[in-house]
Amino acid sequence: MEKRILTARFGKIDPLSIDDYIKNGGYEALEAAVKMESDTIIDEIETAKLRGRGGAAFPTFIKLKALVGEKEKTRYIVCNADEGEPGNFKDRHLMENDPHQMIEGMIISAYTTKAKKGYIYIRGEYDHSIAVVREALAQAREKGYLGKNILGAGFDFDIEIRSGAGAYVCGEEFALIESIEGKSGRSRPKPPFPTTAGVFMKPTMLNNVETFANIPHILEMGGKAYAKIGTESSKGTKLISLSGNIANRGVFEVPFGVSVKDAIAKLGRGVADGRKLKMVQLSGASGPILPPEKIDVPIDFDHDIGAGAIIVMDERTDVVDILLRHAEFFEHESCGKCTPCREGNLHLVRLLRKVQAGSATADDLRVMENLADVMINVSLCGLGQSAPIPLATALDGFGDQIRDRLAQTETKENA
Amino acid sequence: MSVLQNILKQNPKSEDYLIETLLSLQDAKDEPCISEEEIADIAEYYGISPTRVSSVASFYTLLSLRPRGKHVVQVCRDVPCYLNGSENILEAVKEALGCDIGETTADGLFTLEETSCLGNCDGSPSVRIGKKTYENLDSQKVKEIISGYREAK
Ligand SMILES: Cc1cc2nc3c(=O)[nH]c(=O)nc-3n(C[C@H](O)[C@H](O)[C@H](O)COP(=O)(O)O)c2cc1C
Ligand code: SF4
Repeated sequence: MEKRILTARFGKIDPLSIDDYIKNGGYEALEAAVKMESDTIIDEIETAKLRGRGGAAFPTFIKLKALVGEKEKTRYIVCNADEGEPGNFKDRHLMENDPHQMIEGMIISAYTTKAKKGYIYIRGEYDHSIAVVREALAQAREKGYLGKNILGAGFDFDIEIRSGAGAYVCGEEFALIESIEGKSGRSRPKPPFPTTAGVFMKPTMLNNVETFANIPHILEMGGKAYAKIGTESSKGTKLISLSGNIANRGVFEVPFGVSVKDAIAKLGRGVADGRKLKMVQLSGASGPILPPEKIDVPIDFDHDIGAGAIIVMDERTDVVDILLRHAEFFEHESCGKCTPCREGNLHLVRLLRKVQAGSATADDLRVMENLADVMINVSLCGLGQSAPIPLATALDGFGDQIRDRLAQTETKENA
Repeated sequence: MSVLQNILKQNPKSEDYLIETLLSLQDAKDEPCISEEEIADIAEYYGISPTRVSSVASFYTLLSLRPRGKHVVQVCRDVPCYLNGSENILEAVKEALGCDIGETTADGLFTLEETSCLGNCDGSPSVRIGKKTYENLDSQKVKEIISGYREAK
């Protein structure tokens, strides 16, 4: 069931040794890339149908093409290693077990787009990831994979680490860009997109750790062979993060198309302690909450897999408790720039507390549904747009359990 | 040269390094927080307003304008840890420290905070103390870890 491409070297190489990486095929893709035309590299990535692994599933070749097409010659490559969405930890595993493939993907992207500078934005809590990547960059520099005239191919590129400082919203691309510029992480309206006006308002290609890590493998096996893995809409493999009440928590790499149900049963070895499954949440705090009868869906971009989190919750879990915790998370993490998200999350927390306390009315529930609608439709960035998704989906799958809490209230009030 | 001056010199003199500077400064201090005076000095160095510095420092949860204990203890409050018993962990931490969320112990050694997901859900429940993340915790382990910090002081 597993297909290990990005995780193939996990446990076999010393992540702090670039020689180990090179002995196991590392930097061969870069060696090949610098003998290729930029357009050919972009074609391979287009043929591979590589889509972003950070949640938005955007085709990567379009970003590369956009950067190449810009008049402005100062360009940036940015790696998003902020990974703050609850339930996601696969980028940490990528950085701590095999950091060079992400770096190699960034260097190939820089060669392709003639960018001279890159940033890896790593969340501040990932102390160990930061240390490993810092050492990996130093070794890459020493070997001439970073710096001036890389591999004698006449191009310069270097990468700097920027540390996050505890703000989930900084995973959003424009908030991250603002943070790199030394500001509070608040999103910007789009367009213009980062490929036109990103870091310091210059063209910027911003991608997830896993997306960059795929690039060397695509060049090695060829776009065509890569596109044979996975499903029609989603090519290649996906790293999934299994957490919650599951027997075997961890990161696993599967070809797109494996079902969520099978991943939980076989890789996760089912619900922990032999308990019964109550619900599964995909993608993280901002993803859909599904009842057991709805988890026989493929892991792919058409089924809300996001960055790959699968959170398993057993029969003891109360759906309202979970919704409230998520709402409190979003309320705390909202950057406060736009009203629907700032105020909406405040109200959702307040109303969910009422539901939890058993004092909410059917009217409160209607207000929540309307709020969710407004937030999804008019929030400025993805944080506000996706914060109400767990609520909206839980009302579908567990509406009765939520409404039961209200019905009891009304009986109490009438009595 | 003062600690702050040394840190400022580590990076180019460009305001995009503001967050890096603030983080390094906090790490270098016995008590992880940024003072009014430091804000003024940093603002002057980068040629920006003190308000810009303090608004950045208050935006990010790893930065603090409020004095904190030597060890900041952060207990994860998000769902993956919650499903694995983080509420008991929070209680155990409170008991071991003898203080509540947002408070600092009388000896100034610890400040207790809650945190959003630490990205360590395969080792939940998790707690971060200073720059170290502890995983697969239970109440007993919490006690031992906190005692360890007390003894090491
Ligand atoms: C609130 C919020 C948080 C996000 N956090 C992350 C993150 O931690 N890592 C990530 O790669 N993408 C994150 N994203 C998605 C990014 O905005 C962006 O789409 C992605 O990094 C692009 O890279 P990709 O095309 O390789 O996926 C987040 C989006 C939002 C709205
Ligand atoms: S949606 Fe929320 S996080 Fe995004 S800009 Fe608006 S307030 Fe900020």
